[in-house]
Amino acid sequence: MLRYTVNRVLLMIPTLLGVAVLVFFMLRVVPGDIVEVKLRGDGGNVTQEVVEAERKRLGLDRPLLTQFGEWMVNMAKGDFGISMWTERPVLEEISLRLELSLQVALMATIIAVLLAIPMGTLAALFRDTWIDYLVRILTIGGLSIPSFWFGMLIMLSLLAFFNWLPPITFTPFYVDPWANFTQLIWPALAVGYRYCAVVARMIRSSLLEVLNEDYIRTARAKGVYEKLVITRHALRNALLPAITVIGLEFTFLIGGLVVTEQVFNLNGIGQLFVQSVARNDFMLIQGMVMLIAAFYVFVNLIIDLLYAVFDPRIRYG
Amino acid sequence: MKISRRTALKGSAGALALGFAGLNFDLSRAYAQADKPKRGGNLNFAISAEAPHYDPHASDTYATLHLAAPFYSTLLRYNLDKFPEIEGDLAASWEAAPDLLTYTFKLKPNVKFHDGTALTSADIKATYDRLRNPPQGVVSNRRATFADIGTIETPDPLTVVFKMTAPNSSMMDHFASPWNVIYSAKDLAENPALPRTKINGTGPFVFVEHIKGSHISGKRNENYFKPGLPYLDTFRGIFTLQAAAMLNALQGGQVLGEFRGVSPAERDRLVAAMGDKLRVEESSWTLNLLVAFNVEKPPFDDVRVRRALLMAIDRWGGSKGLSRISTLRSVGGVVRPGSPLATPEAELAKLPGFSKDIKKSREEARKLLKEAGQENLKFVLWNRNLAMPYTPAGIFLVDQWRQIGVNVEHKQSDTAPYIAAMNSGNFEVAIDFSNLFNDDPTLSMTKFLSRDKNPLNLSRSNDPEIDKLYEMQLRERDVEKRKAHIQALEKRLFEQAYQQPLFWWHRIVLTHKNLRGWKMSPSHNLGAQLEDVWLES
Repeated sequence: MLRYTVNRVLLMIPTLLGVAVLVFFMLRVVPGDIVEVKLRGDGGNVTQEVVEAERKRLGLDRPLLTQFGEWMVNMAKGDFGISMWTERPVLEEISLRLELSLQVALMATIIAVLLAIPMGTLAALFRDTWIDYLVRILTIGGLSIPSFWFGMLIMLSLLAFFNWLPPITFTPFYVDPWANFTQLIWPALAVGYRYCAVVARMIRSSLLEVLNEDYIRTARAKGVYEKLVITRHALRNALLPAITVIGLEFTFLIGGLVVTEQVFNLNGIGQLFVQSVARNDFMLIQGMVMLIAAFYVFVNLIIDLLYAVFDPRIRYG
Repeated sequence: MKISRRTALKGSAGALALGFAGLNFDLSRAYAQADKPKRGGNLNFAISAEAPHYDPHASDTYATLHLAAPFYSTLLRYNLDKFPEIEGDLAASWEAAPDLLTYTFKLKPNVKFHDGTALTSADIKATYDRLRNPPQGVVSNRRATFADIGTIETPDPLTVVFKMTAPNSSMMDHFASPWNVIYSAKDLAENPALPRTKINGTGPFVFVEHIKGSHISGKRNENYFKPGLPYLDTFRGIFTLQAAAMLNALQGGQVLGEFRGVSPAERDRLVAAMGDKLRVEESSWTLNLLVAFNVEKPPFDDVRVRRALLMAIDRWGGSKGLSRISTLRSVGGVVRPGSPLATPEAELAKLPGFSKDIKKSREEARKLLKEAGQENLKFVLWNRNLAMPYTPAGIFLVDQWRQIGVNVEHKQSDTAPYIAAMNSGNFEVAIDFSNLFNDDPTLSMTKFLSRDKNPLNLSRSNDPEIDKLYEMQLRERDVEKRKAHIQALEKRLFEQAYQQPLFWWHRIVLTHKNLRGWKMSPSHNLGAQLEDVWLES
């Protein structure tokens, strides 16, 4: 298992290298120049010499391979460079927003998992009854309704019925837990609903399959309590595909909630992504892509290791 | 011969002050002028964009001003109760020589920067030197504006004398620009780029914190040089990058205002939701959209084609519909309609593209296209990918040109590829914009200068006659003669049809009724200092 883990960690390197090459060179192909956007985007009247001087100051006049090499070397040292828009370190810009995005992702995951497991299980156990139909209606709703639209509905409902809105600026949990909770519970619910629907449906179909397996029939024939049959034998196997989905959804939530963040005015990674793309802020885009790619690869590794925990038949050697 | 301040005002700024009565400046106020301001409280307001740095010298976006202006002062500024009249901010008095070659400013005494150092004429000089001749590594967006300043003298700590190399009729407006905030000479000597990252001004508020993506906040400057001001204890400018979030926040009372402007639909939504808790103020706006033809790309190198396309646009009719769904409203020439130096409507209607007989105008347009062999003209219209008001403007133009049989593809791009296309000349026709803070024609007409003089001329035209008329109006001290030069330039520009204003915008600002003292103006770049703002509990 250790060897497997080490191999997987080492495999992250070529994966991330490939991502780095792709993101670096693809960004340079896209038309647009951050210096022009910064200096002339709002109608600024600056001479071409000023534009060229700014490009030189930001190092954009150097050969591409030089820029790439420097970036790779610095990244290896933990320096992701400077945002070309704000001229602050990329890691500083990301870390300002990462806490909020991580917290929303975590809260949405908790909501999703806490609801999806019982819902999916009940739907499978009481197949083709009103319980199953109710769960299926709710999950179809979750899959059909866009999270951002659900979020807008939440905001408008809070305004219309309670004349109240969540706090508009982020307060960390350790500073004021209540303000933090009242701000982030709503986007977590908006996103968690869809997340829960995906996982619940996965658990339902997977559990239905497992319940028809021979070993379940054998366990029942042996007189094992039904509760133990479900929790110890059936659910444990049915959860395996759900773990994959949970992991992938979680990583998606880190940088993928662009519209939801806009609806709730959240200062998250999604908004930062959109802004940096609109501004052609290469360094910031590169930094965020690399971090999220690393996160994806890491989470995939955790999922694979969890598989071995849940299923003793899976052994990595 | 010394001229009194009053005469100087009449002489140099009189052209603008005279036209105050003629301004199209419709202000609705829901509160009595005589209310006594209350001291205290915290103002939360929305800022719908976040600037990358704190330096207004290097910026043209209102985002920088709404963020930084409360911390700074300028030498002069506009009196928003009597726009475009100019008043002193740091300047106690000033004199302009009759030949406009010397401007002498006396500074207010006992003004301190937030770090405790005293403001002197050296700080004014250092600031204006930075504006007109920025050192390496510093960007000044107003370098060309101050090109006529020869020297800046500081005969004593409270006197600054600007000696010009040539008379410039726009100079007083440039001194009143909200972008020319005064920095500490000590800070600039330490690092000329310091204002990008550090705030140390003489303004009504002192910097507290800036959380990127979230908010910026300030607290009252207890040593502010205007006794009794500011009224607020603190303020917090909250970045709400989406209109929906801002409107929700205003409706929910989390912010008490947003000082740029909203669309008619947004206004109507909040009026319906908030009723008499909402104050609505409206004004014409010193922003416009323009249509620019790339004269380097056939067939737009043919003046007949360009003129035909302008003549096909029904501005007078279109403004009625567009003003209901967008911030586009007023029909005008190169200067904001209704402002002192604007061409009167009757004269404007005689120029190509402004005829009130659209049927006749379109017949002529079709004839011109036929003469030019372009009856089945097809092209791509480049536009910015911003919903308000660029999208309705683009759709409107496509429709107008369809009326004369021209087939247009409307291409909306994000800012970066849009600017790349404009700079490279890789476009045929584009919608451009002007972002002005006043009605000074020098600023509004710079983009019509020949391309070799100004790279912001999207049409890439080179027209010495326009350059000559621009220079003449810039140097002309007599208001009527200056007007004549401006109208001659406008006529030349429209007859050659290089580019033309499409519509001027209409500003709608919504504030909570508890927010008092904030002053509306035709520019969202003005009035951002917040010193007069107070809260009704």
